[in-house]
Amino acid sequence: MEHRSSIEIKTEWDIVAARQLGRNEAKSTGFGTVDQARITTAISELARNIYLYAGKGRIEIVPITVGVRVGLLITATDEGPGISDLQKVMTDGYTTSGGLGAGMPGVKRLMDDFRVETEVGVGTTITATKWLH
Amino acid sequence: MNEVMRKGIVENIDTITTRWVEEMKENADERFLELMPAPVVATTSREFTELMTSNLTYRDTVDKARLDEFTEKIIHFGWSIKFINRAIDTFSSVVYNLFFETGILQESNLREGINIFSNWINPLRESIIEEYSTKWERTDILQKIALQELSASLIPVFDKISVMPLVGTIDTERAKLIMENLLEGVVKQRAEVVLLDITGVPVVDTMVAHHIIQAADAVRLVGAKCMLVGIRPEIAQTIVTLGINLTDFSTTSTLRRGMQKALEMTGRTIVEEEM
Repeated sequence: MEHRSSIEIKTEWDIVAARQLGRNEAKSTGFGTVDQARITTAISELARNIYLYAGKGRIEIVPITVGVRVGLLITATDEGPGISDLQKVMTDGYTTSGGLGAGMPGVKRLMDDFRVETEVGVGTTITATKWLH
Repeated sequence: MNEVMRKGIVENIDTITTRWVEEMKENADERFLELMPAPVVATTSREFTELMTSNLTYRDTVDKARLDEFTEKIIHFGWSIKFINRAIDTFSSVVYNLFFETGILQESNLREGINIFSNWINPLRESIIEEYSTKWERTDILQKIALQELSASLIPVFDKISVMPLVGTIDTERAKLIMENLLEGVVKQRAEVVLLDITGVPVVDTMVAHHIIQAADAVRLVGAKCMLVGIRPEIAQTIVTLGINLTDFSTTSTLRRGMQKALEMTGRTIVEEEM
C-alpha cells in the first residue's frame, strides 16, 4: 500500500479510517498515549462534522517541523454549507444535530492551535495542530 | 482464424508471459510484483496467460473452475481491481503486437481480427471482474455479520447485576443495537445495576459519549442504574478536555471496582471465607 496521509470522508466508516491514520501518524511522530487519544478524538470529531454537515470532505494528517518544534497538522476540508455563526458553534453545548455540542470547542481544547476558515455556501477548512512537547 | 490465433498464442506463450511481466513491472504503480517472490510471479503470470487463452478455443465459455481458482489466488495476493484491469489491457496489447510481428494479423484481416479479439477479451474481463467483486462483497458481508456478532450482549453476572462489555468502534448502527440489547436485557434479566464496560472502545468522542449518556438515561427509565466502567486514564483526560459532563454517572476505572460498587448498591459484599 502506498503511503496515504489523507482520507476522503464519505461514509461513517471513513471516520474510523481517518482516526486510524491519525493514531498511526501520532504514534510515529512520537506522541504519548494521552496525546494520541487527544489527536484521534479530535480527528474523530472533525471527520464526523464533515460527515454530518457537509456530507463529504477530506481529512489530511501531516507531520510538520517548524524550527525545533515537531507536530502533527490536521486539516479538515469540505465544500459544505459553511458555518453561519462561528461564535455559537464554538460555544459549549450549542448543537444543531441533537448531539452534545461539545465537538468544536472540544477539538480546540484538545489541540494546541486551532483555526477555522468558513464561508456560507462555499465550505469550511479547519486546521488544528498538536505540538510534541 | 480463431484456430490460427489460438495456435499463435500457444506457441508463443512463454514470450507473451515474459513480455507481460516486463510491461507490468514497468507500468504498474503497485509494488507487489516486486514483493512477490520470483517463482510465484512466474507461475502466477503463467496461470494468468493460460486463463486468458482458455476461452479462445471454446468461444464464449470461460472455464469457471479455473477462473474461480485464479481469482481466489489473486485476491489472496492482494491484487487490486485496477491492477487486474491493467493486467488484462497489457495482456491484450502484448498479444496484439505479437500477432502483428508474427504476421497472424495483417492489414487485410485486421477487422476480423479485432472482432475476434473483443469477443474474446471482453467477456473474459467481465467474468474476472464479476468474480472478483462477488468475492469481495461476500467478504464484506461476512465481516459485517462477524462484527454484529461481536456487538453488545448483556451478561447477567450476579442476581440483579448485569455487564455489557463494549469492544471496538461504536457507530450509529451499533449504538442503536447497544441500546436495544441493553434495555431488553435489563428487563429480561431483572437487573438493578448495569455495568457498561468501555475498556475495549478505542475512542470516546462526543458522539460515543452522547450514545452512552442516552443509553444510561433509558436504563434509568426502566428502573435500573447504569455504571460506566473501564475508563482508561487517557480516555478520562480526553473526556474532561472535551467538556463532556458525566457527573450523573457512577464511573470507575476498572470492571472489578465497578462490580464491588454494584454489589454494595444492591446490599451485598464480597466476604473472604477463612479456611
